[in-house]
Amino acid sequence: MNLLRELIDSLRSFVVTVGAVALFFARVLGQVPLAILRPRFIIEQIYNAGALSLVIIMTCGLFVGMVLGLQGYDLLQRFGSEDALGTGAALALIKELGPVVTALLFAGRAGTALASEIGLMRATDQLAAMEMMAVDPFRRVVAPRFLGGLIAVPLLTVIFISIGIFGVQLIGVQQLGVDAAAFWSQMRSSVDVADVMEGVIKGCVFGVACSLIAVYEGYTAVPTAEGVGRATTRTVVISAVLTLILDYMLTAVML
Amino acid sequence: MRSTRAVELSTGLFVLLGFAALFFLVTQITNRELSINDNSYEVVAHFENIGSLKPGAAVSVAGVTIGRVESITFDQQIYKAVVRMRINSQYNRIPVDSDASIMTSGLLGGQYIGITIGGADEYLGNGDRIEFVQDALVLENLINQLVATFSRRGEDAQGSQAEETK
Repeated sequence: MNLLRELIDSLRSFVVTVGAVALFFARVLGQVPLAILRPRFIIEQIYNAGALSLVIIMTCGLFVGMVLGLQGYDLLQRFGSEDALGTGAALALIKELGPVVTALLFAGRAGTALASEIGLMRATDQLAAMEMMAVDPFRRVVAPRFLGGLIAVPLLTVIFISIGIFGVQLIGVQQLGVDAAAFWSQMRSSVDVADVMEGVIKGCVFGVACSLIAVYEGYTAVPTAEGVGRATTRTVVISAVLTLILDYMLTAVML
Repeated sequence: MRSTRAVELSTGLFVLLGFAALFFLVTQITNRELSINDNSYEVVAHFENIGSLKPGAAVSVAGVTIGRVESITFDQQIYKAVVRMRINSQYNRIPVDSDASIMTSGLLGGQYIGITIGGADEYLGNGDRIEFVQDALVLENLINQLVATFSRRGEDAQGSQAEETK
């Protein structure tokens, strides 16, 4: 009986959290038009979320591409069709690995920074101070950070994919000796603009999800050192799980 | 804290890099060619069976891509697949009696249209139809033919054996 009650309780708190996140999302969206009027704050957040994540995204993209080159070559040469390496690796990067790995890295690199920053603002009463000065923290703090993440993730995704394809080419063509012309022409003939759009759409959706989780967790963090730490951890865990679940749904819809 | 100018500079670089990457993906990785409609002409061919040919597939002569398949429709009047191709107008000396066949590139490759040059003095122009076509090779049909041939031969052999024993 106790177990059942606990189950119902946790289910109830889950539903409550979903509702709170949805209301939070609506409130952020309500502030977006006003936040756009002051692009300086958004640019600052694009810098924080995007430009500072560039090195890690490019390094990871290169190595993911290189691994894909090695594994793809090993798999395809068993069927004697190494020339299809470009197609396979490009589609894998564009449709799945690019958006998902970028979102996971973004959650780890930028999402945690967002959550702990806003959480510390709450813990040091900066948000309360803003409210005292009649500055809406949603407009000044939350919405610019959300928009910055939302703009940064799709851009990071396409950069990741491009570097990844370069990595595949580096290993496949330069080192393992796949014919360069066949590599590029097969890739070109079977990758469609719709495939690229699928990757970009996924990037946008993951950008919304990861940014929203990060600002929500930061904003609702318990204002203690422990609370901020917990909010940071939850940001990474929830972002990662949500990214993978959303990825399945988006793939099922768009395939 | 970095100065605002440095922040704006690196943000601008980041955004430009992102759009450059998107441009690279759309133009270099996909089969979208930006300037195909500018100077090209359209040619039509009717096929009984196009296999798995898709719009965007290459049209090639002697292995060189000279155009793309624009659209594939089914004509209910003649019960054939109508394949419209756009051919770059720099290749404007393709004889009217040339032969268009659907071929497969490699084991896992996609299908494309290969044009074999004919011998006529007149050249294909906009809206012309390629009359000589060769359908896609459908593996199932090929196997069926093979089975039919073998079973007929098997029957013949049995029949002749039966006659010999008589």
